[in-house]
Amino acid sequence: MQRFINLSEEMRKGPDLVTPGLLSCQGCGTALAMKLALKGLGERTVVVIPACCWSIIIGTYPHSTLNVPVVHVPFETAAVAASGVRAGLDVRGEEDVTVMAWAGDGGTFDIGLQSLSGAAERNEDILYVCYDNEAYMNTGIQRSSATPVGAWTTTTPGGSLKQEPKKDMEGIMLAHGIPYVATASVAYPDDFFEKFKKAKGIKGTRFIHILSPCPPGWRIDSAKSIQVTRMATQCCIFPLYEVEAGITRVTVRPEEVIPVSRYLRSQGRFREMGEDTMELVQVLTEQRWNSLLERETSTK
Amino acid sequence: MRQVIKGNHAVSHGVRLSKVKVISAYPITPQTTIVEELSEMCASGALDAKFIKVESEHSALAALIGSATAGVRSFTATSSQGLLLMHEVLHWVCGARLPIVLANVNRAVGAGWNIWADQTDSISQRDTGWIQIYCESNQEVLDSVIMAYKLAEKLMLPVMVSYDAFFLSHTSEVVDIPDQDTVDQFLPPFEPPHKVDFADPRMFGGMIGPEIYYEERYCIHKDAMAAIKTYSEICQQFQEAFGREYALAESYMVDDAEIIVVTAGTITSVARIAVRKAREKGIKLGLMKLRLFRPVPYELWRGILGGVNKVVVIDRNLIGGVGGAFVSEIRSALFPLEKRPVVYSAIAGLGGRDVTPADVLGIVEHVASGKADVDTPIFWGLKE
Repeated sequence: MQRFINLSEEMRKGPDLVTPGLLSCQGCGTALAMKLALKGLGERTVVVIPACCWSIIIGTYPHSTLNVPVVHVPFETAAVAASGVRAGLDVRGEEDVTVMAWAGDGGTFDIGLQSLSGAAERNEDILYVCYDNEAYMNTGIQRSSATPVGAWTTTTPGGSLKQEPKKDMEGIMLAHGIPYVATASVAYPDDFFEKFKKAKGIKGTRFIHILSPCPPGWRIDSAKSIQVTRMATQCCIFPLYEVEAGITRVTVRPEEVIPVSRYLRSQGRFREMGEDTMELVQVLTEQRWNSLLERETSTK
Repeated sequence: MRQVIKGNHAVSHGVRLSKVKVISAYPITPQTTIVEELSEMCASGALDAKFIKVESEHSALAALIGSATAGVRSFTATSSQGLLLMHEVLHWVCGARLPIVLANVNRAVGAGWNIWADQTDSISQRDTGWIQIYCESNQEVLDSVIMAYKLAEKLMLPVMVSYDAFFLSHTSEVVDIPDQDTVDQFLPPFEPPHKVDFADPRMFGGMIGPEIYYEERYCIHKDAMAAIKTYSEICQQFQEAFGREYALAESYMVDDAEIIVVTAGTITSVARIAVRKAREKGIKLGLMKLRLFRPVPYELWRGILGGVNKVVVIDRNLIGGVGGAFVSEIRSALFPLEKRPVVYSAIAGLGGRDVTPADVLGIVEHVASGKADVDTPIFWGLKE
């Protein structure tokens, strides 16, 4: 198992706009994700945050742990409030600024989907980032439409595990015809950094979906947070790719594809998942991975 | 320049003259022609603003959280269900101290569907912390939008300008449209004390704990109450600049009145006629028109109403289980007085039902006759 990651020099030298003092849990993926994202985007960035873990992680009045302007907004309004910041900055002639909406999976897949769809349809010049920890973690682990099939949460308890598969968010965003859609993982920081750097240079609505581990919610050891998240890409359940101007490119190809059971069995939230469901997830994962590879070939 | 225009167009001209920079709106009857005209103004260059054509009213106001925090003058308009959908964001905007102006065309709320005049929509939002102003004429609508920005930006609080569906929104009246130079002198460019700034990157609207939340809310209340003095000054400045007189509440023939009828919106114009007719019949009737409803100008209301025997408040709204909204506010305003008038309540004009001078006169005669019950509203014109 690869223990350390050799970060590129460019990334290491990039500005660190996240100061110490984050109120995140140990092993939190999204704390790291923000650090990497802002390294890629730089200080001319406004961060728009709806209700989510980051409403807390960032710090309470009068402290903020980000060295960029931050606008907190109601739960379902990240994309549209970001559109408003964009409009205001454009009026001020500050068109070079990146306006980044930073929302969880609840704020993206569920309650914020309408305003996100509206912003994407208008092709607002914003970067929308969903840090997906696959449930309502801030409120204490309730299922969202990003929760995978077979997962335990406090609202899908033992005997009533989540029956429905995770919503295909990339598919929804691609259907809007926006210029850039990508997935990213905190377990692959170089790939993550490159995607944010690239997204910064694109005009229009950009959507990046981050898989973000949550040790309390996933029932994993906080020390293994990155390791478990890396397995999600190695088993192809969370492939890393991007779709730029309609062209699909897989950006991280696992050297050796591992079975999904290894990823699932590494987490307490899937402890009660039966073999049947696991086999089904294996089949569905392979189908999705193969269709992604086909799409990559066909759009070349 | 005097023009014959509809109430909705009066709003659009008010927005144009206020040099709004970001508009965000979603169409709803009977607000629609405001956004149509503003779209035309933006397209033709008559108004240099960004117009975000959002997918809902909730988003219409949420977009302005962004633009106003970025420090530019922002506007939206809505009505009825649209205003109700904004409810969460109305509170947020007030807490965030964003001086947004919203034009609300007073329309009934469902179910069942009713697109006509009724003040239940804005009444139901009276506790969101927005300053509320009710208008009687198209001229007042235009002038109120310009004054609203001056008030909002002085106090860093949002202002809602409300006026009746169809009776104003779709009715043409002669309106004196001010020239841009005079408006520019009256309303300087928006310079917020804080905004998105890269030299001084701040966080807006974040977590505040029990140790400071109370104080934050107190500041909102204190500044909202300051609107009473500030708006009086703005009305005075407006009169000096434009020659038209406005007040926080307006009175008509109240000096020798024994009964005062209280109205908001277009029923006021009808009530003026009723006052003259009542006096022909020997009833000493006066009129108080509500304009500034939030904050409540307690002293002013007490000054106008405190000395008469009877007050009758006509509500174009009906809150199930309570009655009229305005009457309960008038009663609570007058309650601390040692000697206070008997306050009667009348409900009329719901869902766009017409209210004529004869209706107002009928309500007043009923009160004057001593037959009215102070504990029960007069459900005027209610069909059996």
